[in-house]
Amino acid sequence: MIREPLIFEISDEGKRAFSFPELDVPQDKEILKNIPTRDAIEGFPQVSEVEIVRHFTRLSRTNYCVDEGFYPLGSCTMKYNPKINEKMASLPEFTFAHPYAPQDLVQGNLEILKKTEGFLAEITGMDAFTLQPSAGAQGELVGMMFIRAYHEERGHPRKTVLVPDSAHGTNPSSAHLCGYRVQEIKSNEKGTVDLSDLSRTMTEEVAALMITNPNTLGIFEDDINKIADIVHSKGGFLYMDGANMNALVGICRPGDMDVDVIHLNLHKTFSTPHGGGGPGSGPVGVNRQLEPYLPLPIIEWRDGKYFLDFDRPKSIGRVQSFYGNFLVVVKTLAYILSLGSKGLKEISEMAVLNSNYIRKSLEDEYYLKYKTSTLHECVFSDKFQKKYGVTNLDIAKRLIDYGLHPPTMSFPLVVHGALMIEPTETESKRDLDFFIDAMRKIAKESKENPEVLKSAPHVSYVRRMDETKAARQPILKWTREGGSKACK
Amino acid sequence: MSYIPLSDKDKKEMLAKVGVSSPEELFRSIPENLKLNRELNLPSSLTESELVHYFESIEKKNNYTEFLSFLGAGAYNHFIPAIVDYLSSRGEFISPYTPYQPEVSQGTLQIIFEFQTLICQLTGMDVVNASLYDGASGAAEAVLMADRLRGKSKVLVARTLHPQYRRVIETYTRNLGIKVEEIRYTDRGEVDFEDLEKHLDEQTTGVVFQSPNFLGIIENIRKISDLAHSHQALSIVVVAEPVSLGLLEAPGHLGADIVTGEGQSFGIPLSFGGPYLGFMGCLEEFIRQFPGRIVGQTEDVEGKRGFVLTLSTREQHIRRERATSNICTNQALCALRTTIFLETLGKNGLKELAWQNIQKAHYALKKLSQVKGIKRKFNGNSFNEFVLEFSKGWTEVKKILMKKGIIGGLSLEKDYPELQNCVLFCVTEMFKKEEIDRLASNLKDVLK
Repeated sequence: MIREPLIFEISDEGKRAFSFPELDVPQDKEILKNIPTRDAIEGFPQVSEVEIVRHFTRLSRTNYCVDEGFYPLGSCTMKYNPKINEKMASLPEFTFAHPYAPQDLVQGNLEILKKTEGFLAEITGMDAFTLQPSAGAQGELVGMMFIRAYHEERGHPRKTVLVPDSAHGTNPSSAHLCGYRVQEIKSNEKGTVDLSDLSRTMTEEVAALMITNPNTLGIFEDDINKIADIVHSKGGFLYMDGANMNALVGICRPGDMDVDVIHLNLHKTFSTPHGGGGPGSGPVGVNRQLEPYLPLPIIEWRDGKYFLDFDRPKSIGRVQSFYGNFLVVVKTLAYILSLGSKGLKEISEMAVLNSNYIRKSLEDEYYLKYKTSTLHECVFSDKFQKKYGVTNLDIAKRLIDYGLHPPTMSFPLVVHGALMIEPTETESKRDLDFFIDAMRKIAKESKENPEVLKSAPHVSYVRRMDETKAARQPILKWTREGGSKACK
Repeated sequence: MSYIPLSDKDKKEMLAKVGVSSPEELFRSIPENLKLNRELNLPSSLTESELVHYFESIEKKNNYTEFLSFLGAGAYNHFIPAIVDYLSSRGEFISPYTPYQPEVSQGTLQIIFEFQTLICQLTGMDVVNASLYDGASGAAEAVLMADRLRGKSKVLVARTLHPQYRRVIETYTRNLGIKVEEIRYTDRGEVDFEDLEKHLDEQTTGVVFQSPNFLGIIENIRKISDLAHSHQALSIVVVAEPVSLGLLEAPGHLGADIVTGEGQSFGIPLSFGGPYLGFMGCLEEFIRQFPGRIVGQTEDVEGKRGFVLTLSTREQHIRRERATSNICTNQALCALRTTIFLETLGKNGLKELAWQNIQKAHYALKKLSQVKGIKRKFNGNSFNEFVLEFSKGWTEVKKILMKKGIIGGLSLEKDYPELQNCVLFCVTEMFKKEEIDRLASNLKDVLK
């Protein structure tokens, strides 16, 4: 494969990939007289169109993606992204609409937002939704802000937020950004929240418990009612991280489990593409108690029209400009409508079937710390392979040689050397078997030829990367003088 | 439509392997009393052609694109070259996750590295991250970063910063004990230096201001930065219209410590407000407190150059509650579009784009301020936006214009009660001279 240089390295004076129509208004050179201007943007590239097309096409070929194959990143729900949804989100009235457009001219867009809110409320059993947050982490922050606003209105914001030790890193980080101290709750031997630890730590100084259900081990928190009771009995709120909602659609609803706030990741459960790291969307659902705090504006329907309501005195304000990631919402609505109520339930059923099929097929070769039954994902570890000097990193990198994407590694923290596998519902049996087969071969290789794992991957565009060097002497940009220049 | 690739035979075999007789049995760990036991109250499924019909019928309820619109105010109508859509539609870019596994993600990683370089070149910053959600949350992250760096209690925010950005800063700081004070603007529409000096003290963490500002006026970045620095406060420059950087000196060369802003102008459609692209850069000395993902160059075991996510000990998945931000998913695909856009326009193209914007907007400004009943509100230097004050009530004027198929600018009254009948107009390279003339002649008729 051709090693693709940086665009700056193929830049050449005078090349162009774009031209402008001639300026049709009289030019006034005096305009810039009193302003500091620049002559040229130092280092900016000059290339032709075909070079740009080849540059990005070649680079694209070094990426592994869902369109190419199995992508079992646990907790990330890497399901297939239906192509029709992309097309629907590119209709001109959606892509060209200005966010400050008079509301009468964008009734269709407001309808899309309002409809999607309603559908998400039905799916989760919550009373109201905001679509404003841009991603799950921002949704968490917003959800925690509602809780804080509620407590503050009653005179005391409280001090602490409880987070299980198996939680995503964003949970404690979001609680901290909301001004709370974070206290960790232990998992019990089943891998679920330890009720006695929770009872002990839950006081009237605790604002909320942030729980993920099913949790990051793929295990359903079957004591959720008791957990909710413990938290509510001290006046706290139950926050649910909905990252794993793909296990529950049409099966059960967080609202029916006495969850007070939930965020969803539309780029997980609702199939909008991850885009190599965004854009996502992290809508937040609440019960009636917390509805007054939703971010501005709220979309309402009155006198035969949708309108934006800014008159919400208790609202936490804004967390984003405009109305969130609108085009991501369009894709979500397309997905919900395509699948319908039956199809949505089927995604959870098949996601859980696929995950259990993998678990059953690999549990003799890979160590499973928690034997509790799991839903949409399962977390193995490298414990059996460790004795041959092989780590989860080696296993992950070797999977690349087999043409597969590695699972999530070293998370959740409660499993040492974790390999967290989430197949989603959009994998065929043939693809699942291919993965299982590769994992079994790797287990065998770890006994017979551990070196081949430790030096993996062998056939990728680049071999194993020196991440320590990247962090020790950070080179974060290209410069003309020094090529890619190191920070001091 | 269903996207499940399992046949009935497959399902049967797999259920047997798992040791259950039906999919329902897979959910036995969920207590019965929690199960829904009814169908979700949602419409039944649509086929692809029905879905197209549905969305086309919704699309028809919009008719914004039939109008000639002079709206800007943080969301700009610029031309998008065909290769931006073409290349960014590739499945290899759309359908991977965050590049946690560098060996199979070099495409995404190298592109982010190029993005970081381009934004460094544009802003004059030493380092740039892989993107944030949008300009507003970028401004808020910058305030939090300044707070971590300086650890004092208050931040000064120019009243000429985008009102929505100010709202987001308020939301993000409210629970963290950071005081936000607003700095007035002068008759020219610029940050009031006297008012700024009055507010600057030992407790000031940073000064946040936008250039060109929300009223369209180019700020004196050098002067404001010097004032901030004289009190050991950071100069935080927000750029909501980054096309301006094609002509205007990089904020980093004028004393800015942090530059953040909105990248929508660079190849991202208006999209009714999102997804957009937050960008952020800072001086090298501040990197340990920098939020968001960063890509760095390194090499593989054979010494081949490659790229990885780096300095991740700042981030939530490692540092949890002590992270510099809670951000995880960002706007990678939007950053990709911006990278393609900027590389396509290149050194000369971006300059030409900025030149056409400023020339067209100034032609419009001149033409419109000659109309009787319209006054240019601020005399500061402007880029592609400007504020006009109307002698007649704007609500009335707006209605008549809309009947003529024109959406004037954005009324400022709601966010700036002191600016009665003042309207913010935006003119980009997308407007032809005739269209600007049409606006002028229509306004002449209305205001007669």
